[in-house]
Amino acid sequence: MTFDTTISGWGGYPKQETNLLIPPSYSALQLEIQKNQSLISRGMGRSYGDSANASVVLQTNCFDHFIKFDTKEGLLTAEAGITLREILKVIVPQGWFLPVTPGTSFVTLGGAIASDVHGKNHHLSGTFGQYVKFLKVLLGTGDIVTASPSENKDLFRATCGGMGLTGVIVTATIQLIPIKSSFIYQKTIRTNCIETTMEELENNSNANYSVAWIDCLAKGKGLGRSLIMLGQHANNGGLDLNLKDPIVVPIYTPAVLLNSVTATMFNSVYWKNSKDYNIKKLPLMSYFYPLDLIGGWNKLYGKAGFIQYQFVLPKIDGISNMRKILTEIAKSGHGSFLAVIKHLGQANENLLSFPTEGYTLSLDFKMTTSIIKVLHKLDDTVADMGGRVYLSKDAVMREITFKSTYPKWQQFESIRKKYGAIGKFSSAQSKRLGLR
Amino acid sequence: MKKILIIGATSSIAEQCARIWAERGYSFYLVARNEERVKTIAADLRIRGATQVAIHCADLNDLELHDSILNKANSALNGLDLALIAHGILSNQKKCEQSVKETLDGIKTNALSTISLLTLISNRFESQRSGLIAVLSSVAGDRGRASNYVYGSAKAMINAFTSGLRQRLCKSNVDVVTIKLGFVDSPMTTSFKKGLLWVKPYTAAKKIIVAVDARKSEVYVPAFWFVIMILIKAVPSAVFKKRVF
Repeated sequence: MTFDTTISGWGGYPKQETNLLIPPSYSALQLEIQKNQSLISRGMGRSYGDSANASVVLQTNCFDHFIKFDTKEGLLTAEAGITLREILKVIVPQGWFLPVTPGTSFVTLGGAIASDVHGKNHHLSGTFGQYVKFLKVLLGTGDIVTASPSENKDLFRATCGGMGLTGVIVTATIQLIPIKSSFIYQKTIRTNCIETTMEELENNSNANYSVAWIDCLAKGKGLGRSLIMLGQHANNGGLDLNLKDPIVVPIYTPAVLLNSVTATMFNSVYWKNSKDYNIKKLPLMSYFYPLDLIGGWNKLYGKAGFIQYQFVLPKIDGISNMRKILTEIAKSGHGSFLAVIKHLGQANENLLSFPTEGYTLSLDFKMTTSIIKVLHKLDDTVADMGGRVYLSKDAVMREITFKSTYPKWQQFESIRKKYGAIGKFSSAQSKRLGLR
Repeated sequence: MKKILIIGATSSIAEQCARIWAERGYSFYLVARNEERVKTIAADLRIRGATQVAIHCADLNDLELHDSILNKANSALNGLDLALIAHGILSNQKKCEQSVKETLDGIKTNALSTISLLTLISNRFESQRSGLIAVLSSVAGDRGRASNYVYGSAKAMINAFTSGLRQRLCKSNVDVVTIKLGFVDSPMTTSFKKGLLWVKPYTAAKKIIVAVDARKSEVYVPAFWFVIMILIKAVPSAVFKKRVF
């Protein structure tokens, strides 16, 4: 087999040689599925690891059309290759917003469903998949079937959060939420240790949106000091989206620029310069998607890339366990610019959906040869504490860790078998994790 | 309120242009061969903000149909302000070399049908003394190369034709914008190895809209092709024939 290009996830690790197919029509898509032995669909390539890496990749770019928008009920139907950014352009001026949104608008609708993404409102609103009314999935058999919480329920539960391994999501209908303004009131609270961070997050769980930026390089007494950012939709200010094109990072910057010294400095200065109990009115795009202003920010980590690591710990002993893990990370000396912590609400029924009730921490590790070992050790610690790692960010988890922390994997496999997905839809990640 | 006729509306570059125009609330008459796809695009444009979208399916190689298509477009939108001609195929050069039919078919689609449409549209715009015609052409038309001279020569014809047309229509307040596209990463070019010179259809579309808004005459998209083509055209034929550019 000859390969025409090299791809990777957003983290830039691992890389894979691939045949990138861009079918322009459903019939072309069906033909490729029939013709190729095994493949995986790919949207914007914003999963961090290797979940959309394979030797044959179906790019869903051409399936990016709106199909129907019921502006009275807030029901939107679109093809799965459309980005959330395009959706926002249409829905916000009409007074609607996404019920759940990840930290970037550059993901596709299909990708958001396949990762069953969560956002800053998970503690109240759950995951993206919980707002999907219907899906159309193109199966390995070539058939296009509808899946919903009532029709082909098993396929629906496996597809939401199923990392594209059940088939190709072709269209979806989602329920939007009404908004009166395209602005967000953001309240920032400064905390000086992990205990107060968790306490404040808990105390403010009635806020629509909440997340804490955590200085995970601070050691000792200051361990876990954070800036908690709470958000609430404003009631005035108009409905303009004011979309700005990102400023593009043109080249890979030398990775040495991001090291533990610069990261510690940045984190420290950022924390110290923020005011406690500061309230600001922000445009929605700056509140939810600050990094979207910098196109290709992943290049700042250099050519070797980075691994984003996100795990969840159960609520019981959550605070002391988080302290242990933060200590371990601070000790390892692997700096992270961006670390965020958030409390998650209850888990849903989707088989491979990541969130479970407790606390989640997400951080970046610059890719180095020694990092994989560090992460495997972290994986073990997290698993021992009853937690697990987010598949959309994972690039290194071992099969045994996956199978013990995602106990519904067998059920997932039997549904894949029923719908003809075994062997047909697979990624570098699914192979690594021992899915067939 | 602009009223736009798009010929070859399922072309990915034309579609990206249409999306930008839809956000401005323009009205559309979309002409394409594939009914299913043009219907999908029409629904999409309506949701993106288009005031009105009408569609028409036709094989544009049937030149006899052109006049009636224009009549229908004109009555559907109650007049026309802008026509974007975007249809075309990327001829398979190797097949063309072996087949006269393949060669002439390529020239018919890429040049003759466009010229037929240009003639008919320009007469309408000339008599209404307003309008803008944008034509998607290619840098391949600037100099024939061994790898795609059938496609290139059809585009060369478009370039010369629109140059003359532009001069003729200038005094009638009608503009003709010739858009010389470089490499665009679209379904038409899936089988090509992509490099630094390639751009996405959306990027190309944004530049096309800028050129149309400014009522430019001839533009290279992206602009760096202007420099590349100056260099390529400067190579003497005696040297050019021995090199594969």
